[in-house]
Amino acid sequence: MLRLLLPKQRLSRVRHYTAPINGHPMGIANSSLLLRTVASAQTDSRLSSLGLADTELRKMNMCQAINDALRIAMQTNDKAVVFGEDVAFGGVFRCSTGLSQEFGRERVFNTPLTEQGIVGFAVGMASRGHTAVAEIQFADYIYPAFDQLVNEAAKFRYRSGNEFNVGGLTVRAPAMAVGHGGHYHSQSPEAFFAHVPGLKVVVPRSPTEAKGLLLAAIRDPNPTVFLEPKILYRAAVEHVPTADYTLPLSQAQVLKQGSDVTVVGYGSQIYALENAIQLVERDTQASCELIDLRTIHPLDADTVVKSVNKTGRLVVAHEASRTMGVAAELASVVQERCFLRLESPVERVCGLDVPHPLVFERFYMPCAVRVYEAIKRSLAY
Amino acid sequence: MASVFRLLRTLQSNNGLLCKASSQPAFSRLPQQMGRHHGSAPLTRYRCAYTRAVPLASAAFSTSSHPMRKKVMFPGSLNSEYTHELSFASSVESIPTYQVMDTDGKVLDPANEPQVSEEEAKTMYRNMLTLNAMDQILYESQRQGRISFYMTSFGEEALIGSAAALDPKDLVFGQYREAGVLLQRGFTIEQFMNQCYSNEKDLGKGRQMPVHYGTKELHFQTISSPLATQIPQAAGAAYAMRREGSKLCTICYFGEGAASEGDFHAGLNMAATLGCPVIFYCRNNGYAISTPSIEQYRGDGIASRGIGYGIDTIRVDGNDIWAIYAATKAARTIAVEQNKPVLIEAMTYRVSHHSTSDDSSAYRSKKEVEDWSKRDNPISRMRAWLENKGWWVKGEDAEITKSAKAKVLEAFAAAEQLKKPAIRHMFEDVYSELTPELVREKEEIEALIKKYPDYYQVNDYAKS
Repeated sequence: MLRLLLPKQRLSRVRHYTAPINGHPMGIANSSLLLRTVASAQTDSRLSSLGLADTELRKMNMCQAINDALRIAMQTNDKAVVFGEDVAFGGVFRCSTGLSQEFGRERVFNTPLTEQGIVGFAVGMASRGHTAVAEIQFADYIYPAFDQLVNEAAKFRYRSGNEFNVGGLTVRAPAMAVGHGGHYHSQSPEAFFAHVPGLKVVVPRSPTEAKGLLLAAIRDPNPTVFLEPKILYRAAVEHVPTADYTLPLSQAQVLKQGSDVTVVGYGSQIYALENAIQLVERDTQASCELIDLRTIHPLDADTVVKSVNKTGRLVVAHEASRTMGVAAELASVVQERCFLRLESPVERVCGLDVPHPLVFERFYMPCAVRVYEAIKRSLAY
Repeated sequence: MASVFRLLRTLQSNNGLLCKASSQPAFSRLPQQMGRHHGSAPLTRYRCAYTRAVPLASAAFSTSSHPMRKKVMFPGSLNSEYTHELSFASSVESIPTYQVMDTDGKVLDPANEPQVSEEEAKTMYRNMLTLNAMDQILYESQRQGRISFYMTSFGEEALIGSAAALDPKDLVFGQYREAGVLLQRGFTIEQFMNQCYSNEKDLGKGRQMPVHYGTKELHFQTISSPLATQIPQAAGAAYAMRREGSKLCTICYFGEGAASEGDFHAGLNMAATLGCPVIFYCRNNGYAISTPSIEQYRGDGIASRGIGYGIDTIRVDGNDIWAIYAATKAARTIAVEQNKPVLIEAMTYRVSHHSTSDDSSAYRSKKEVEDWSKRDNPISRMRAWLENKGWWVKGEDAEITKSAKAKVLEAFAAAEQLKKPAIRHMFEDVYSELTPELVREKEEIEALIKKYPDYYQVNDYAKS
């Protein structure tokens, strides 16, 4: 839908995310979680376990990694198609650049401007056993397709007694804050879809993750909503294996071991968590465990529960508004399964309960400062 | 489940009507109307056979008692005749494009000479120039990183003609490229700048991206980025205006791309069936971001759809301000006098990039754009018309543009100096009152700001 397009992130307003806190360097560019060097990629345990440690690597931002995943998905499956608004010329974020030239306009095509049409069309293709990768230009504009996702895609298998399914459906959408997107270019709608039995919801945090998870989502025999934190499209750069690989869905990843508090998030939020942990560990004796949920639904509760049973404390953070959000679900699961191990109440650090407010975004965001304060509260309880 | 009940209800009521119809028609109005159509000269291609005044509380009626056997009697096919030829309807001749003046500003049919005063015409033209000047400066300022985003109206300045044809109290629902309408209504340069700067004087309190203008005083609903959502809303607002007996109407602007959204179809059909005094104004500028109109639809533009919904429809030359003016005036009369929607499709060309985030050279040649700007420019057409009338002196433009630019730059500098709205505005207006949860969040943020004033750059914001 609108489509005010925000691919260029060069505004001064973004600066507050990376402004140092008490002199500490912050932000995605300084993250040690990204495979910013060849050596870091070659020694990455996640890639080693997939046998990718010694394979060819290429420096990619998340946009290019997604492009690479889409290319592989189509190379390896003749029934795979990629479509959406402005997709043919490369998409407004350039994620589909070059694909229409390589695979032709029958497989990579523009659609009229109708999200319900796009997703309904994808459901129809998937119901015939095809692999439909539909792009919604911004997650903020996915709601006209809500009916197709919630009432159709999610229930296709169940309602037909498994006569039919739309497992080949993947809906990609750029999501979350970018510094100047306001109400309609910033939203994080994952909780809406995570609430629906039958849909999978995935949010990647980096180029390597995005490629492996997107390929997994495309090949998974269930309809998947794949939300891409648009701020990472260009800001996150890694040395990514050029090979065809998938990363498992519904498997959270422990990014950093720790013993005193478990900190959980997903997508671009991971970098605010990383910074908050760095500050906490600098200022206190505490050791924090960091977990990337990766798949929002179906949730890998076991990894989180195992961690909280070790640390006794949980801080969950996401950009989406706090009330009825993903953090609430996680808090609930943890109190059910870790009740006797909890040393403090679960802390939620989330977007405020207001529409994403352009000029107030810095206050709205669950930034490192807010997470830092929450971790300290949890530790001091 | 609900839809099953609805279906049952429909079947029951249809049965009732059918039974009744065998003795006496449930409503006598329709057969008479149909008879009249049947007996008169053949309907023109563009006139909808069944456009009719719709009562406020619209009631179902039956066609089953129709006396003429030649006509189809099913309730859904109101004016169809039986045929024995197996053929599919496909295309009809393209709907013509109404034009008042040519590209040299010459009125082609003296009967269409615009009925406006010199001052009215000059005001419209000045607003076209001002819009152009404002766009140039704000576009550049975005390039310099001084505002985050902007959308220009280059090539579509003739839209101002539609605003001039309306009653100032008619309600406007825009899409996002209707700054010209606001200018014509009297939105000040300062107000434009304050919105684009998200400063403390922005009526929208800094919450939305630039160009999301809105003003109750000028009866212009605040822009929302999602496309086409305004279309059914415009129908609803028009229905409310009809109920108010205000003799006002709603005008709803959208692009040919937005017309692909489900809301477009929903909105037009609602407006037609419920008799809403609304003017749907489609700015068909050939592009939806990168997607050319050929990939957007295969029918005869957007206008042909209006006819499909039983809506009085006209296509106009969207670079001809007087064609737009005349069509909107006539549409307004139909809407207000007959309580019916009208569709105007204005054909134009988007000279601008979609927005400042778009580089259209990635999908269309610069030459194509240059050719268009040279071949047909709404501003030069209007200037030529004014000069033909002897109402404009050559070179007067430069003066106007210069002073408009000066005014914009002055307002711009002033807007840049102002603070962002006070932080409390982040929490207000979510609901009519702050919820307990929002009160708690507000306290949390206020405490954090006290603790980390530099990180949060609180000095950017007004105090209260």
